[in-house]
Amino acid sequence: MIKLIGILVVAVGFALRGNTLLVVLTAGISTGLAAGMSFNEIMTWFGKYFVENRYVTLTVLLMLPVVGLLERYGLRERAETLIQRAKAATAGRVLLFYTAVRQISVALGVNIGGHAAMVRPLVAPMAEGAAQARHGILSEKTTEAIRAHAAAAENTGNFFGEDTVFAVGAVYLIKGVLEAQGHPVSVWSLSFWGIPTALVAFGLMIWRTRVLDQRIARESKPPSTTEAER
Amino acid sequence: MKLLNLDLFYIIAGGFLLLVAGRIAFEPTAGKRVGSALFWGLLAVIFLAGKALPPMVVGYMVLLMVILAATKQLTGARRWEVTAAMRGAAAAKLQNWIFVPALLIPATAVVGTLFLSKLHVGAWWLLDSANLTVTSVCLGAVVAVAVALRLTRAPLVTPVVEGSRLVQAVGWAIILPQLLAALGGVFSQAGVGPVVAELAARALPTQDPLGAVVAYCGGMALFTICMGNAFAAFPVITLGIGLPFIVQLHHGNPAIMAAIGMLSGYCGTLLTPMAANFNLVPAMLLELKDKNAVIKAQVPLALGILAANIIIMYFCVYRF
Repeated sequence: MIKLIGILVVAVGFALRGNTLLVVLTAGISTGLAAGMSFNEIMTWFGKYFVENRYVTLTVLLMLPVVGLLERYGLRERAETLIQRAKAATAGRVLLFYTAVRQISVALGVNIGGHAAMVRPLVAPMAEGAAQARHGILSEKTTEAIRAHAAAAENTGNFFGEDTVFAVGAVYLIKGVLEAQGHPVSVWSLSFWGIPTALVAFGLMIWRTRVLDQRIARESKPPSTTEAER
Repeated sequence: MKLLNLDLFYIIAGGFLLLVAGRIAFEPTAGKRVGSALFWGLLAVIFLAGKALPPMVVGYMVLLMVILAATKQLTGARRWEVTAAMRGAAAAKLQNWIFVPALLIPATAVVGTLFLSKLHVGAWWLLDSANLTVTSVCLGAVVAVAVALRLTRAPLVTPVVEGSRLVQAVGWAIILPQLLAALGGVFSQAGVGPVVAELAARALPTQDPLGAVVAYCGGMALFTICMGNAFAAFPVITLGIGLPFIVQLHHGNPAIMAAIGMLSGYCGTLLTPMAANFNLVPAMLLELKDKNAVIKAQVPLALGILAANIIIMYFCVYRF
């Protein structure tokens, strides 16, 4: 029971809005101490796993120079201009389209996308641009909502395309765990049973992006209704 | 032998971080230079020489980085060095060519995954197949920098300057996913998982077939919320609740249970600040005021998908 102190530290730490890095490190140290490790031992484990997991930071880090450079030469502005020419585009439709692309490509085993590589430089500016074309200048609150939904589109497409069609990492993890317990399963049946949830996720995304479009229209109503009708 | 492996990209990333640290240290204007330069310098060393250093030393370096971040020794986001008008003018000049490097990143990922991974001369492979996704994406980033430099005729220092602007915009949160992964390792060393599974199995109505499904899907989501990682939750909850109750007691289909169980874990990922790389780092990257805005946007999705998972599993797992 006392080993669960780490989870308690995390919950309290997040609730009190402490520095997240500090909360996480404290959770690890308290759990380690509760399990009878020495402080040096805990630091050793942290160091070992921190080095082993460098790849988690790697892709974001390597993406920043090129994204920064392209932004310096007007990538985001260009993405906004381009989408404003597409009459049918709305913020919601842009995000829904991106979710579909993401789900299908991940399902086929290709990982295109990412928050640093696609969402910040292209997807979010395009969604904002589409909304601006219809409703004029957006309030900061509306812009934040569009950006948050762009990140949600990336996560939804990424997570709920993954376990379908072509097996990737998660499927092999599942297979490994089940086989170790004496339950042999085929990769294909695991992938197949991911499909219903993938469809539900996309269906919910259709609803969420509609709600987003309605919200944008509502929040930018006074100055732009006449303009949009003209 | 793999030509393009993770170690190569760790060195490139470490070199970039070292330049960021150096820039901050020698900048005449920036405040809090020492703390910032030290933070990024330490991270650079971990990327460049992480494997060569004793793990305990790395652990204490991480501790120092966390203290620097927690005592607010890092500089905040920097302002643009170019105006919006200048960016607009550059965009008008380059037209749609500006998209070429940006789209090269996903294009390289596709080509890398499908074709380059098969290239080899004897035992010399071009890409590291064990880390195919990561190496393809990294290769894409490097290729895109080269093409972007050629296209914009920007000086060589520009990617470092602009990259450093983004590094500082994300700030210390950039190492949070990595630190959380390390926390997951410490948790498993301490044996946290089995305790949770035992508690959940005892507290929830697993004797009933529907109860077992709710306990398993809910348990996956909840434990993922605590751990920030569905992969960490999966073995714990599957061994603790899924296999003993759904499969052994009620004779459910293990493949259906596991596939939908993992996806229930992902619902937890959508809801937790512990999944920093999916929820908090994007909030920083998109420069959102509310760091929880991404999670808030995902709540209806996550709850809807979780409910659907419970229904799908209940109607299928005992039938097929």
